[in-house]
Amino acid sequence: MTALLIIIVAALLGITIWQISKIFKLSQPVESDDSQIATNEDNQKQGKIFLAFIVFLYGLMIYSFWELSKFYAPGASAHSEDYDQLFFISLGLIMFVQVIIQFLIHWFAYKYRGQKGRKALFYADNDKLEFIWTIIPVITLAALIIYGLFSWSEIMNVEETDETLVVEIYAYQFDWRARYSGEDGTLGEANVRFIEGINQLGLNESDSYAQDDIITTELHLPVDRPVLFKFRSQDVLHSAYFPFFRSQMNVVPGMTTQFGFTPTTTSKEIRNSEYMVEKVKNINEIRKNNENLDSDEQNYEFEYYLLCNKICGVSHYNMQMKIVVESEEEYQKWISEQQTFGELTAQN
Amino acid sequence: MSVAAQPLANDHAHEEGHHEPTFIEKYIFSTDHKMIAKQYLITGLIMGFIGISMSMLMRLQLAWPNESFWIYEVLLGRFGEDGVMDPSIYLALSTIHGTIMVFYVLTAGLSGTFSNLLIPLQIGARDMASGFLNMLSYWLFFISSVIIVSSFFVEAGPASAGWTVYPPLSALPQAIGGSGLGMTLWLVAITVFIASSLLGSLNYIVTVLNLRTEGMSMTRLPLTIWAFFVTAIIGVVSFPVLLAAGLLLLMDRSFGTSFFLSDIYIQGEVLSYQGGSPVLYEHLFWFLGHPEVYIVLLPALGITSEIIATNSRKPIFGYRAMIASILAIAFLSTVVWGHHMFVSGMNPFLGSVFTFTTLLIAIPSGVKAFNYITTLWKGNLQLNPAMLFSIGLVSTFVTGGLTGIILGDSTLDINVHDTYFVIAHFHLVMGISALYGLFAGVYHWFPKMFGRMMNKNLGYIHFWITAIGAYGIFFPMHFIGMAGLPRRYYKFTEFPYFDDLANTNILISVFAFITAAAQIFFVYNFIHSIFYGKKAEQNPWKSNTLEWTTPVKHIHGNWPGEIPKVYRWSYDYSKMNKDETEYVIPGQDFVPQNVPIQEEEEEMTE
Repeated sequence: MTALLIIIVAALLGITIWQISKIFKLSQPVESDDSQIATNEDNQKQGKIFLAFIVFLYGLMIYSFWELSKFYAPGASAHSEDYDQLFFISLGLIMFVQVIIQFLIHWFAYKYRGQKGRKALFYADNDKLEFIWTIIPVITLAALIIYGLFSWSEIMNVEETDETLVVEIYAYQFDWRARYSGEDGTLGEANVRFIEGINQLGLNESDSYAQDDIITTELHLPVDRPVLFKFRSQDVLHSAYFPFFRSQMNVVPGMTTQFGFTPTTTSKEIRNSEYMVEKVKNINEIRKNNENLDSDEQNYEFEYYLLCNKICGVSHYNMQMKIVVESEEEYQKWISEQQTFGELTAQN
Repeated sequence: MSVAAQPLANDHAHEEGHHEPTFIEKYIFSTDHKMIAKQYLITGLIMGFIGISMSMLMRLQLAWPNESFWIYEVLLGRFGEDGVMDPSIYLALSTIHGTIMVFYVLTAGLSGTFSNLLIPLQIGARDMASGFLNMLSYWLFFISSVIIVSSFFVEAGPASAGWTVYPPLSALPQAIGGSGLGMTLWLVAITVFIASSLLGSLNYIVTVLNLRTEGMSMTRLPLTIWAFFVTAIIGVVSFPVLLAAGLLLLMDRSFGTSFFLSDIYIQGEVLSYQGGSPVLYEHLFWFLGHPEVYIVLLPALGITSEIIATNSRKPIFGYRAMIASILAIAFLSTVVWGHHMFVSGMNPFLGSVFTFTTLLIAIPSGVKAFNYITTLWKGNLQLNPAMLFSIGLVSTFVTGGLTGIILGDSTLDINVHDTYFVIAHFHLVMGISALYGLFAGVYHWFPKMFGRMMNKNLGYIHFWITAIGAYGIFFPMHFIGMAGLPRRYYKFTEFPYFDDLANTNILISVFAFITAAAQIFFVYNFIHSIFYGKKAEQNPWKSNTLEWTTPVKHIHGNWPGEIPKVYRWSYDYSKMNKDETEYVIPGQDFVPQNVPIQEEEEEMTE
């Protein structure tokens, strides 16, 4: 489809250039006036091209929505339903305005193209019109702002309850670590100044809360349980971007930032969802034709991931962590198999 | 140089004891605003060529990430060894591309060119308030341009922390090679640039306030001048803040202070910085960074206001509303910076406030767009290349502006922040729109600058390929952004999930190459027309503003005799006499500003 579109575009461009150059040549002898100011003929031609252009623009918009809007993945967190609704309302609204305004611009450019003998209308002001197109955006935007702000305060002000799982996400050039609070439910004190040897996250070894903390390279989350992330960076700015959970927060050295969401779809569920089955099938077909990949890599299976979304250095493009969303039992089983910080330090 | 400053003090001085300027006085250290405008334009275009070439290299890399191209080795040297682009140089390219396009092309190249050219000519002044400061402003800009380009020849590479140069990445050479000498050069270049910009802006403000000719009240100023004037004010308000940010960053880098740095462990050691915050830097940077968007955009909107009115043969619709919008945008632009920082870790309540102010900006912007469209309505559109670019600007300004409603909403920003959705948004609304404004201005005022006409057919080809290409690049780009594709990634192949976006990336790159190639028409047309273009008449576009009352050949002091007086606003196009039987001046559909109110004419209330 894309290749075809490229060919069509290239062909259309070729024809445009050819036609324009033909017009250019043809117009030379007839048109003795070479003042380089638009003539009546120029106005006719250019006006018509404006009309053709709106067809191109609409075509491009339709193609994009038809072929490319499938890239928008379904959400997998509790607030993503609300988020997507606001997103689609806003998108619908702006596309509605876009379609009308672009039509008016290009239609007027065609309709009122200069013509010999035409007189333009001296029309300098109209307070009523000005008022109308001030007040309509005011009302629409007010509605959008209010809607948006309700969602915003709901998403950002996470209440910590007994049920909440607190996880630290730790970022450094160019990888992530997750730290769970362990049995005491409290994350131990940490600072980069404590970093030494095996203690890569700088936990305070004399803090008793730190002893049962669990540090992992994968992020496992129990489904339907609110998670509050505390973000910490060791070196430069990073940004923890969870696209499927409609969540993102910068990771700032020298301070702890936070963000919370409740995952609602397990990794298994999303892998078997219609959307993901289709998408992964398509991706694997593409990968099959890629000679640079060995057969193992050619067979891709979807996993949630967390990626870095703030420029952080040369390997910024490959700073990711696998996320597994699973049932509470699976999660408990997994976490109990992990080594605590106390065990880690005792070993060495 | 002192000779050139004289005529300002005395309108008639230029008639006495005038000596032929030497080559150096005339072309290099000129204090004449018309020559300085040309210097700005040509420097800006060269920088634009460099900036766009960088984006071509990036598009090549993004479309075919794992292939090698000899062009990398030719242009990037050891950063492109064996035709493979080094990840660090990709980041450097994106950093310097952004810096050059925003500051050097669209701030200096656009505002510098047309403010210098048009402010004295359109308000009826012999020159800028201070010709010397004006010259200094250009030469500082030139030095700054040389420094930023030269940073590509530094061993560890140029600044690579993104054009926003957020610390700690930009502060620590251990974090990325480009943060060594390359970053120092970036800071020096920007400091010199800020000095240049401030000298220029102060000059524009003083000139507009003090040197308007008799009868040219503020409410008779063409909208171009209003735009340049307000742009200069925003620049004076916000650029010093960037200087402060840059200075503090320099101190952190060189003198061990901790304004922006705290608790850092890198390459096996803990650094001594304690107590600073990168978020503070973000606030300072965006306090300039967001107004900067309008510093780029307002002159383009001013230029198109003028061109659309002239070529529609109609007054601009809602002149006063247009001025009010410019002022409202200027004010609001200084209180919205936080929308770049919704997920920076700043207090969510602040996010709410910035969402509110940000969406407010849509209102004056909407008014401007509607007013342009109403100006087209029932016009007699003369579709010159400048007019095509102006209409194109209205189109891209609307398309790009609308997605701002999504990005300005703190909730929605969470998931599209720093993705290609943002790239598509700002390239359309400020990149392409401002470039269209620049092109429109060049095609329209070329006769005034060089005394010759540009070839219109080449102009048409240039516009249409660019228009198709620009949308072809940036409209599909929103969708890969919605897929969660992050910006500033050297390649996406580390995430198999993004494999199905590869074709769209190729499509975008193909459009980008076509669009860039189309600029060759412009370059050829521009250079060829300077020397061989058709000789221009005095007022080729039948325009009302004062610059078209000056002779085609440039002279010191602009008008050979007295400065014309002004009797009306600049938009009396197709105005009819009292009985609605004939134009105010029979047989002529425009009334220049220096024509007194006619007997048969109804005067507009001001």
